[in-house]
Amino acid sequence: MRDQDALMPRNRDIHPVPYDPAYKTSVPRSPKWALVSMESSASEEFGPAFGHNKFGPHDNNLILNYTRGEAPAVGERILMHGRVLDENNRPVRNTLVEIWQANAGGRYRHKKDGYLAPLDPNFGGCGRTMTDENGYYEFLTIRPGAYPWPNRGNDWRPMHIHVSVFGSGFGQRLITQMYFEGDPLINHCPIAATIKDRSQLDRLVAPLDFSKSRPLDFLAYKFDIVLRGRRQTMFENKLEGL
Amino acid sequence: MVQSLDVLQETPSQTAGPYVHIGLIQAHAGMENYYDEELGQSPIEEGALGEVIEITGSVYDGTGWALRDALIESWQPDAQGKFSKQDGADPKVHGYCRFAADAETGEFTLRTVKPGRVGSRYGVMQAPHISLWIVARGINVGLQTRIYFDDENNAGDPLLSRIEQTPRVQTLIAKKTGEGKYRFDIRLQGDGETVFLDI
Repeated sequence: MRDQDALMPRNRDIHPVPYDPAYKTSVPRSPKWALVSMESSASEEFGPAFGHNKFGPHDNNLILNYTRGEAPAVGERILMHGRVLDENNRPVRNTLVEIWQANAGGRYRHKKDGYLAPLDPNFGGCGRTMTDENGYYEFLTIRPGAYPWPNRGNDWRPMHIHVSVFGSGFGQRLITQMYFEGDPLINHCPIAATIKDRSQLDRLVAPLDFSKSRPLDFLAYKFDIVLRGRRQTMFENKLEGL
Repeated sequence: MVQSLDVLQETPSQTAGPYVHIGLIQAHAGMENYYDEELGQSPIEEGALGEVIEITGSVYDGTGWALRDALIESWQPDAQGKFSKQDGADPKVHGYCRFAADAETGEFTLRTVKPGRVGSRYGVMQAPHISLWIVARGINVGLQTRIYFDDENNAGDPLLSRIEQTPRVQTLIAKKTGEGKYRFDIRLQGDGETVFLDI
């Protein structure tokens, strides 16, 4: 399977609906007209490559990366791990995974976040890593807190970690959110509810994974990610130039 | 019952939310020097071949308000139409950039080289274009679109030809405003709504 093979079309049925009045900001920010679809071209089939050499030693350790190893963040210590696969069930190797999140109290280190829960002086809230030869990635972090947001009168986001993944082609680009098994707020969240098929939303909920937790140190949650696959071309039924 | 298919389904998307900058463009969130090197700061290095251009614009919502929290990523080939992994590609053109609307004005600027023409699968040449991917609070699935140029020959481009309502083609074409300068506004909804793509 080569980088320039065509991408499988997106199945939009599994994705959130763009317009959902319960998520108020989507009302003025969703296109009214249908998307224009076309088979992928080189512009979507090629994508940026990132080297490990630009990465620092703590880039995937959010407990230590804000203080560069000097002092740990406060909160529930967890390992977030999983694999990045494509729709053909192949590992996506050497691809960039980036995450960002609030601290244990639900506060983001962003100049626009004015929530009254305090910042943790030892927590920044972002990490990045490359998948290995098996498509595997891991982050050490603290479990983020839930937080309120101005949507309906009393809306609270469930605990979540934002996840951004590249793949090998720009057309595979994906941003999503990981939720935590058992969080009762998932069932009340208008953003989670933009995904209309509950079985698809469940795919964003990471199970507790004792097999990867380290005794007396951290718990683990598993989050596998699937990107668009490529269509292996056996027969090309339109010839060059036609 | 029938046999099961050996395919997985893509992970569903979710909005990038209001604090996407923390994860993807740290300095913009007020976190300078979080990493030794932030990714995607420029699509080119000095010495890249071709015409250096600057594209400015805003992303407007359905009320005409410019988004202050949008994050955009761009991807393009070099001046010869080669992407960075391809043989003979200009080593000074990485082709990828991420940039944000200004938190005060809502305006973005992309400084890059003008891309060359790229072939399509069936041999038809595509007019020069830059691919964009837009995420923000309120956008549940990242929006794909393209920037074309009004001083290029866009006739016969396979994507532009596919747009049935020809006046909408104009929403994908950056307008030249000066030497090496272009304006490209993105309208998420309403009058002059930008064409968004599923490719």
